[in-house]
Amino acid sequence: MKKDRISLAHGGGGSLTKRLIKEAFLPPFRNPILEVLDDSAVFKIEKGRMAFSTDSYVVNPIFFPGGDIGRLAICGTVNDLAMSGARPLYLSASLIIEEGFLLKDLKRIIASMKEASKEAGIEIVAGDTKVVNKGGADRLFITTTGIGIIGEGIDISGVNARVGDVVIVNGYLGDHGVAIISERERLDFRTKLISDCAPLNHLVADMLKASGKIHVLRDPTRGGLVTVLNEVAQSSGVGIEIFEDKIPIREEVKGACEMLGYDPLYVANEGKLIVLIVPQDADKVLKVMHKNKYGRNAKIIGRVVKKPEETVLLRTQIGGSRILDMLVGEQLPRIC
Amino acid sequence: MRFVDEFRDPKLARKLLDGIKGLTPDREVNLMEVCGTHTVAIFKHGIKELLPQGVNLLSGPGCPVCVTPMETIDRAIALAGLPGIIFTTFGDMIKVPGSSSSLEEAKAQGKDVRIVYSSLDALRIAKENPKKKTIFFGIGFETTSPSIACTLSRAKKEGIKNFFLLSAHKLIPPAMKAILEAKEVNLAGFISPGHVSTIIGSRPYEFISKEFGTPCVISGFEPLDVLQSIYMLLLQIRERKPKVEIQYRRCVKPEGNIKAQKELDKVFEISDSSWRGLGTIPNSGLRLRKEFSSFNAEKAFDVQIESSPEPKGCLCGEILRGVRIPVECSLFVKECTPEHPIGPCMVSSEGTCATYYKYHRRKDYEKR
Repeated sequence: MKKDRISLAHGGGGSLTKRLIKEAFLPPFRNPILEVLDDSAVFKIEKGRMAFSTDSYVVNPIFFPGGDIGRLAICGTVNDLAMSGARPLYLSASLIIEEGFLLKDLKRIIASMKEASKEAGIEIVAGDTKVVNKGGADRLFITTTGIGIIGEGIDISGVNARVGDVVIVNGYLGDHGVAIISERERLDFRTKLISDCAPLNHLVADMLKASGKIHVLRDPTRGGLVTVLNEVAQSSGVGIEIFEDKIPIREEVKGACEMLGYDPLYVANEGKLIVLIVPQDADKVLKVMHKNKYGRNAKIIGRVVKKPEETVLLRTQIGGSRILDMLVGEQLPRIC
Repeated sequence: MRFVDEFRDPKLARKLLDGIKGLTPDREVNLMEVCGTHTVAIFKHGIKELLPQGVNLLSGPGCPVCVTPMETIDRAIALAGLPGIIFTTFGDMIKVPGSSSSLEEAKAQGKDVRIVYSSLDALRIAKENPKKKTIFFGIGFETTSPSIACTLSRAKKEGIKNFFLLSAHKLIPPAMKAILEAKEVNLAGFISPGHVSTIIGSRPYEFISKEFGTPCVISGFEPLDVLQSIYMLLLQIRERKPKVEIQYRRCVKPEGNIKAQKELDKVFEISDSSWRGLGTIPNSGLRLRKEFSSFNAEKAFDVQIESSPEPKGCLCGEILRGVRIPVECSLFVKECTPEHPIGPCMVSSEGTCATYYKYHRRKDYEKR
C-alpha cells in the first residue's frame, strides 16, 4: 500500500478495500474462522447459555496514555461479556474511518487490538470497514460485538444483590477518565496518569472458580462507580452503603478531580469491576483477586443494606453521609 | 491526599462539633454560606446533619452562574449565533436557560460553542483561528476575574484583534450588603467566601461587622474549615463582638493578593450590575476600562436583546437571597430538574437547587 492515508476508495468495496483487508486486517487477526472471508463467520457453539454484547467506541483522543481506541474497543466488549460471568470467545469489529485518516495510525490501532485480543484470549472473527467523507466522522469510530459462554450454575445479574452482600472493587478508581481529560485538555500534571484499560475476563474466571456465590459483577465505565451501584440498587431494590475512607483512589486522581471539579466516584474506568458477594466468601475471592495483576489492589468498599431502598449512600470521612445519585448528563464528554 | 485529608480528620471534626454544640444558643441562628463552593462542600461531606438543632445554614448568592441575569444569557446566545463567531464559555454556562434557548441548544443547532477551562484557552483558540472572531463569556467573582484580566492584558500586548470578552463579572461584598439591607432574612453571620478573599483580602468585609453588626468568618472549603468557621461565628455571636476573622489562613491574607488586584484594576473598572434575583446592585460589577474597550463584545457586535420576565413560579431569586429554600418552590423536582432546568440555580453544580435536588429524598435536608 503506497498511499499513506485512508481514502473513500478504501471503503468502496473494490480492490482497495480488498487490499486493505488482506494487508492490514487479515495478517494480525488471522484465524480459521476469519480467513474464510465469507459474508458471516461460521463456528460451532457449546451447550449452555450464551452472552452477547455490543458497544461503540468514539473516544477522543484516540491515542491516550495507557491505551488507544483499539485496545479500548476489545477490552470494553470483553469486559461486558465477563460481567455476566461469561467466558468471551469471539468478537466482531466494525470500523468507521474518516477520509484522510493516517494509515500508520490505523495500523497502530490494529496492532493494539491484536495485542488486547491475545491477552484476553479471544478471536476476532468478523469485521467491516466503512470510510466516510472528511467531517462525516471524527477520525475513527469502532464498534465491537462479542459472544461468550456462561458456565453451568453461574447466575450473575444486577437483580441478584442481597442484603448483607459486601461490595468489592478490584483497584484504583478514576484513572481512565482523568488520563483522557488530561491528554485531551493538555493538562500537564506532574505525574503521568495511565488509563486502566484492560481485559478483566481472566480475573473474573479466577473469581468464579473461587466462589459460586458471586451475585453481581459490573464494570464501572461511563458514570463511574456511583452509576453502576445505583443501577444495582434499583434493579435489586436494596440500599448500598459505601465508605469514603475505604475507596481506593490515587492521589493524582484526587488532586486532578479537586482541581477540575469532578467527583472521582463518577469518573470512568475501563479496567475496573465491582463485585457483590456473600460476606462468607469475600476473603476467598479477595485472595484470588490479589494474585491477579488486575486485582492486586482489590478492596472491600461497602455493603448491601435494606434501607434506604434503591439508594446509594456514602459514609463520609468526617462521619456525615450523603446520597450518591445518578449523574445527570455527562461529567466528561466522550471518554470511551 | 496531602493538604486535603488533614482537613477531613474525623477526630478533629468531632472535637469541633462538640465545641459548636457548647456554643449553640437557645434561639435559632441563621448563618449564610455566601459561596456556592461552600454549599457544595457542606452537602458533599454531610455537614448539615452533623450540626446541632438550631444552627441553620442558608445558601447565598455566590454561584456566578445563578446570578447571571437572563438578559446576559440571551445576549450570549445571540452573539454565538452571529456568523464567523467562536463562542467560548465555562462549562457551567452552557445549559443555563435564557428566555427561549440555551448555549447548549445553540451548539446543537450548529453554532460554534466551545467549553474551555480557562480564558487563556479561549485566547489560544482565537490565535489558532485568525479568520474567525472568538468571544469569551466572562463570568465569575473576584476569584475568576483576575485571570481574565491577565488574558486581556496578554491579548492587548500581543495585538490580538479577533478576541472579545462578554463581561458579566460581579463583586461579592456589595451583594452581601444588598442582602443585609433588604432585611428579608434574620442573619446572625456570614461564612464568607475563601477563594474570593484570597484575592480581595478581609478588609472589604469590614463594613459588614462595623455597620451591620454581623459577624464574618472567611472560610476554607474542607469540612474542618467549615466546621471551624461555624465555631468561630458562634463564638463571636456569644461574645457579641462582631468582626471579620480569617479561618482560611493558609490562603487568605488581610490585604489579599495585591498583584491580582492591580491587574484587575488595570483592565476593569467598577460599575453597577444587574443580578438575577437581587436586581441592580450599585458598584457590584466589573466593566472593561476604556483602554480595553476594543475587546468589549457588547460594543464590537450589535445584537438586540429584549428584556424578558423570569420563568413563572421560579423562586431562584428568593433562593439566592436566602429567603426561601428549594423545597418551598412549587417547580422544584416536579417541573424543574437538572435534566430540564427552569431556573439557573438548578443548572450550576454549585446552584442551591441542584445541590438540594441531589439530596431531596433526605428528610433532614428539608429543614433550613
